[in-house]
Amino acid sequence: MAKLPTPEELLKIHYNPPQDENWMDKPAELKQGNICWGAKGKNLKIVEFPNARDWSPVEEDWKLPQDWEGTVLEAMADRLSKYRSFKIFMDICVRCGACADKCHFFIGGGDPKNMPVLRAELMRSVYRKYFTNSGKYLGKLAGARELDLGVLKEWWYYFYQCTECRRCSVFCPYGIDTAEITMMAREFTNLLGLNTDWISGPVANCYMKGNHLGLEPHAIMNSVEGMVDDIETITGIRINPSFNRKGAEILFVTPSGDLFADPGTFTAMGYMMLFHELGLDYTWSTYASEGGNFGLFTSNEMAKRLNSKIYAEAKRLGVKYIIGGECGHMWRVLNQYMDTWNGPADFMEVPKSPITGTVFDNAASTKMIHVTEFTADLIKNGKLKLDPTRNDDLVVTYHDSCNTARGMGLLEEPRYIINNVCNKFHEMPDNTIRERTFCCGSGTGLNASENMELRMRGGLPRANAVKHVTEKYGVNTLANICAIDRATLSASMDYWVPGTRVAGVHELVANAMIMTGEKERETNLRGEPLPGKGGNE
Amino acid sequence: MKVVLPFIAVVGLALLALVGVTVAHQVEFFFGVIVPYAAVAVFIFGFMYRVLQWAKSPVPFCIPTTCGQQKTLPWIKHDKLENPVTTLQVVGRMLLEVLVFRSLFRNLKTEMKDGKIVYGSEKLLWLAGLAFHWTFFFIFARHFRFFFQDVPTLLRMMEGVDSFFQVGAPLFYMTDAVILGAVTFLIFRRVYLPQIRYISLASDFFPLFLILGIALSGILMRYIFKVHIVAVKQFAMGLVSLSPVIPQGIGAIFYVHLFLICTLLIYFPFSKLMHMGGVFLSPTRNMANDSRMVRHINPWNYPVHVHTYEEYEDDFREKMKKAGLPVEKE
Ligand code: SF4
Ligand code: SF4
Repeated sequence: MAKLPTPEELLKIHYNPPQDENWMDKPAELKQGNICWGAKGKNLKIVEFPNARDWSPVEEDWKLPQDWEGTVLEAMADRLSKYRSFKIFMDICVRCGACADKCHFFIGGGDPKNMPVLRAELMRSVYRKYFTNSGKYLGKLAGARELDLGVLKEWWYYFYQCTECRRCSVFCPYGIDTAEITMMAREFTNLLGLNTDWISGPVANCYMKGNHLGLEPHAIMNSVEGMVDDIETITGIRINPSFNRKGAEILFVTPSGDLFADPGTFTAMGYMMLFHELGLDYTWSTYASEGGNFGLFTSNEMAKRLNSKIYAEAKRLGVKYIIGGECGHMWRVLNQYMDTWNGPADFMEVPKSPITGTVFDNAASTKMIHVTEFTADLIKNGKLKLDPTRNDDLVVTYHDSCNTARGMGLLEEPRYIINNVCNKFHEMPDNTIRERTFCCGSGTGLNASENMELRMRGGLPRANAVKHVTEKYGVNTLANICAIDRATLSASMDYWVPGTRVAGVHELVANAMIMTGEKERETNLRGEPLPGKGGNE
Repeated sequence: MKVVLPFIAVVGLALLALVGVTVAHQVEFFFGVIVPYAAVAVFIFGFMYRVLQWAKSPVPFCIPTTCGQQKTLPWIKHDKLENPVTTLQVVGRMLLEVLVFRSLFRNLKTEMKDGKIVYGSEKLLWLAGLAFHWTFFFIFARHFRFFFQDVPTLLRMMEGVDSFFQVGAPLFYMTDAVILGAVTFLIFRRVYLPQIRYISLASDFFPLFLILGIALSGILMRYIFKVHIVAVKQFAMGLVSLSPVIPQGIGAIFYVHLFLICTLLIYFPFSKLMHMGGVFLSPTRNMANDSRMVRHINPWNYPVHVHTYEEYEDDFREKMKKAGLPVEKE
């Protein structure tokens, strides 16, 4: 494994590309620390992916199938005819460069091929060669080049260095979304068996076991059991969540990361405490025990195959609607794909909060609401007893997850909640939040450990903004609504802004929420003394 | 290479027309009639063809990039223009995009200062882009006076505004100055800014040089090598009434101007200039973020192989029973 350079070393970034070279002539150097390990054959086999075999990106020979060029070009023609976005985005970029310095990987690394426009050109140059006349006849002059092994490796290197965060799209005058192009590139590479281990493993797990982490039914229950114990220790209240229960009103789906490791587990405890306090008639599912969707990082088809479980389980259990937890990619999938793939969800009802009576017309078709929509509505209607002073040791800022911010515009709900459960909240600078938010740097399956340099570089813009509010307001807590964020921002904060904790919004809610019959709380969910309770003032 | 070659190409094209019409007058028919008709035909059919090609590919998923608050609880302010849910709101978003380049307006400049990253506002590209496109449009519209016997009032008014700061005679158009400035800036920026230079291709310089050539030849024609205005009008009317005439003594510079315009028209459908049509079809901008409210249909959606609950239970039944989970089959 490559040694991770120090922050000082990483900060030596040059944004100006060398002027004496043509990027087309410069082959990609697959740099250790920036790449994830190749997919294992067994995982590819489980989901019936082509060319299942063990392979390593650092070796010369990628064990490609016969006529792989033909496979790719054929797939390209197919996707061009299936996706207007892909076709348009291949044709209309004017290379104005407005997107060039908007990608966190470019900002954190300075590699010119991480400029979204150039990342897309890696694909466009091949498109021009085989699908346009100017490219066919004028070749390099028209920005066209042949698809060869060098280009394929370059694709793999750079398209697995895009977190599909879509920030570039916000600034593009035509809305060109490099994430769309990345998704296509990943479809193509998957036809050759070129995924990464950190994606294909979770995909295979999710397919067979229902969640990315591969938690089997009893393991899920064990994990939840442990959290229930902790909740009892903290609040004196024993709660009793149910699983796979038919006839429940609501199915609750959250990323499995919340069940597995800190600090996600605190968020999961938060949901459970909240739902218990409300007396909500809900159930978890072990079959549909994943909200996130790593399939999205392989192919449209795989994403659909994984996502199918949510509606299928809602139908089997006979629930009225679904609440989804705090997760980023999950919400892009649920908002923009689920109903199209696996709908119509006409066996359910339009979500209606049993506590406030609010009808969520904005989810009239998908029948699925976000937990922050649900909770914000509760708070607005005065249904929760809250004591924000319990969070007074936390100076909080909020990280918009790319997918909730740019995929659906979930901006105010979490802020409203935080402002009601915490007294100390400070926004990061305007250019780094809401639709301009920065990726955690490790989305789309990049949260492995062998690519730490890449992750820290990609995480720099976010961390840099956190550092700003840390210095200015003493911020020590980075709240967010995404499981990947909770997992990966922790590492990035430790590296760039040590001392900053990462927390889910519902962890903060549960800290502040006064539960019926609770004992006097001494600690927060993390077992740390509450302000004024343990001499930590 | 990528700068010089397009430049030479444009100069070459201009010379071709110049030499052509000065050396052999018969060629005027070629440059004055055949080429313009061909160019307009290529432009119209090429443009339509490209747009139809795009339109042929379906939009399988609802993928708008949202830039503001979604429509949700009634007491949360919904950002109608940046996160539209109705067609009208989408139209509003598109108008902002097409008429005032909303997204470019957001542009930022990223810089590293003492180990800190700072984001400054960067409006130059937006301003130059806007100036360029709008003046181009005005100048284009202004030319329609050549095609009307009586110039419509709207065109006259436009001219009035344009030549508001009258400098000498003939009337000096502000737009002429602006477009020269804007195009020069856009070229300069491509050469000067390292990142932009790195991403630029010959096909980015070619249209800029071409438009610069068109503007320059137009200006030369208007202010310096005065052409015979009545003859130009006669010529233009002939073209549009499909009974072309080649008036004498119209001046070679006119043919240079015309030929470069024709080149632009022919080049247009084959190039990135098609962004003019494409911007309207971009799914990230022209869709409503309503996929949770109404089901979006993918025409090529197909059934996939899934791991069903039954299979899952078969895999884990014993473990599930032991953990006290309900099962379908004992
Ligand atoms: S902002 Fe859009 S048009 Fe400009 S270079 Fe980037 S992708 Fe191309
Ligand atoms: S989608 Fe995000 S990660 Fe990918 S190129 Fe754009 S800004 Fe970079």
